[in-house]
Amino acid sequence: MSAVIYLDNNATTQVDPEVVEAILPYLTQYYGNPSSMHSFGGQVGKALKQARVQVAALLSAEESEIIFTSCGTEGNNTAIRAALTAQPDRKHLITTQVEHACVLNLFKQLEKQGYTVTYLSVDHKGQLDLMELEAAITGNTALVSMMYANNETGTVFPVEQAGAIAKEYGATFHVDAVQVAGKLPLNMKISTIDLMTISGHKLHAPKGVGALYVRRGFRFRPLLIGGHQERGRRAGTENVAGIIGLGKAAELAQLHLADVATEKKLRDRLEKGLLAIPNTEINGDRKNRLPNTTNIGFKYIEGEAILLSLDQYGICASSGSACTSGSLEPSHVLRAMGLPYTTLHGSIRFSLSRYTTEAEVDRVLEVMPGIVERLRALSPFNNDQAEWLQDREEALVGAV
Amino acid sequence: MWDYSEKVLDLFYNPKNQGAIEDPNQDGVAVVFGEVGSIACGDALRLHLKIEVEADKILDARFQTFGCTSAIASSSALTEIIKGITLDAALNISNRDIANYLGGLPEEKMHCSVMGQEALEAAIFKYRGIEVEQHEDDDGALICSCFGVSENRIRRVVIENNLTTVEQVTSYVKAGGGCSSCGAEIEDLIAAIQQEKELTASRVAAEIATAQAQNRPLTTVQKINLVQTVLQEVRPMLLADGGDVELYDVEGDTVKVVLKGACGSCSSSTATLKNAIEVRLRERVLPTLIVEAVS
Repeated sequence: MSAVIYLDNNATTQVDPEVVEAILPYLTQYYGNPSSMHSFGGQVGKALKQARVQVAALLSAEESEIIFTSCGTEGNNTAIRAALTAQPDRKHLITTQVEHACVLNLFKQLEKQGYTVTYLSVDHKGQLDLMELEAAITGNTALVSMMYANNETGTVFPVEQAGAIAKEYGATFHVDAVQVAGKLPLNMKISTIDLMTISGHKLHAPKGVGALYVRRGFRFRPLLIGGHQERGRRAGTENVAGIIGLGKAAELAQLHLADVATEKKLRDRLEKGLLAIPNTEINGDRKNRLPNTTNIGFKYIEGEAILLSLDQYGICASSGSACTSGSLEPSHVLRAMGLPYTTLHGSIRFSLSRYTTEAEVDRVLEVMPGIVERLRALSPFNNDQAEWLQDREEALVGAV
Repeated sequence: MWDYSEKVLDLFYNPKNQGAIEDPNQDGVAVVFGEVGSIACGDALRLHLKIEVEADKILDARFQTFGCTSAIASSSALTEIIKGITLDAALNISNRDIANYLGGLPEEKMHCSVMGQEALEAAIFKYRGIEVEQHEDDDGALICSCFGVSENRIRRVVIENNLTTVEQVTSYVKAGGGCSSCGAEIEDLIAAIQQEKELTASRVAAEIATAQAQNRPLTTVQKINLVQTVLQEVRPMLLADGGDVELYDVEGDTVKVVLKGACGSCSSSTATLKNAIEVRLRERVLPTLIVEAVS
């Protein structure tokens, strides 16, 4: 296999070498417990404080508003539970149909516990209609929770406008910004967001660390009960090395925000080249989209087969097809968008990073036409025949 | 990432027998295709067969597949397995034969092998003029509406592969893999099938009648059922002589039985009994059956 061309950065990212360098002393030399009363532990505590400053800076937040967590899932679970305990009398919750499993499945469980949940729909670009939020929200709504940008399509939601609506009704506003931190500028000082989740390994920090932003003054209740770490808001001995890494990664992300334009150019180059292949289309909102993500539907062929073919060339991407998950159902995001089955099963997401090079993009463009051609030659469906158009209609009906 | 065997990856990257078969318009040669799946389900197979009419034999087999790695590999494997064999022999190919040829499939991907077996049957039934819809659904209730899986398809796969859990059924025929609201029904069905393993003679008799009425070939499962019933009739006679018989296996038209007690110890009586059982089975089930005594 040739060198890896990693275009799956919405799944996870390479740890930045500078981050590794920052972490290493905390795995070897400075192994003290930051809670200890000796200076050996105390110096670790100082390093944690520094990491908190770095993360707060990326979000334009205050240090006291940052809680370190173990991952995005923990952040989202903590935030949603905290919103429920903040206003225990309110029993209605609002989220969207296209959230990450760690949000959707939690809401499904909350439904069983007696909460009513509204799942906002999306259009064929994966975009929300805020009128639907306005219509659904009431004085009984405890929480509006939505992702900032979708991991599969990169579609960016109008979170600030949504937050303004939530505020009007006194509902807590939680945002899952896992895909956004480091890709778009964030400024909590002028934001309507109460709670916001970020995850380290999506922005070149290691796996196993994340952060939750909690607006100052929010009536926060912890999920994990125990010691006084994180000022009693997240018990458990700190993942010191991970947190140091997240701090460094946040600092680097801030520096690299200016490079996002380059990333976008490469993404556009890739996208333009792929769309030159016949019977392809973009899944997502081109106008409001993460700069690093493109999701392309290659009609009449199946995503897993495309991924395995790309794998032969060392190219890493991902697919919303049923066969990649083992769940038999294709991506809930693409289904919520009402995509026709001809496109749904053959959708591939390429997500770039600041390490992506033009040569890598060109390599993908070099091999992709042949892969698509080969699989289409194998497929019994290789053109828009009437019988398959019927599937398209069924898909659209299914989405309504 | 799925843990695919070398064989699966090889047949995916270098598939054999892909494409359609042109009708040569040649006397004594027929071309037919069978189709299963749909683009909505995420996989579909169109299997093309070239048949030598006189010999009832498959001269060539090709496939067109929309699907994942294992769907393409299963299709290619199927064509390799069936080239050169008779249609009757082909009808005895089970999804397990396809999976075995591939050196195994991840359980979640077993439905790809089932798709191969179903397309093969569809093609042969089409060639023989047997209504596929009738076979597919057999008036069986639709259990899984997400993937359109009938009770009979689930039954078949449960029996042929000795499945015991809902998850397995989902992996083999997708039933239960969508909204999962039919999970309880599938569970009940598995329990019912297990009970029915002690089939009553009347039920088997009904199956013979149905098969005869529809003039369709017997599946291995039906053969096993019927052979069991007939053996139940023979057993009392053997027991009276201090012997017994037990069905060991059915492979194609070969019925393997274990002769026990007095019958098993004497070679001449073994031969006699074997023939007696064979005559009965040929009379009651299929004239082509061969009985083989195994120890």
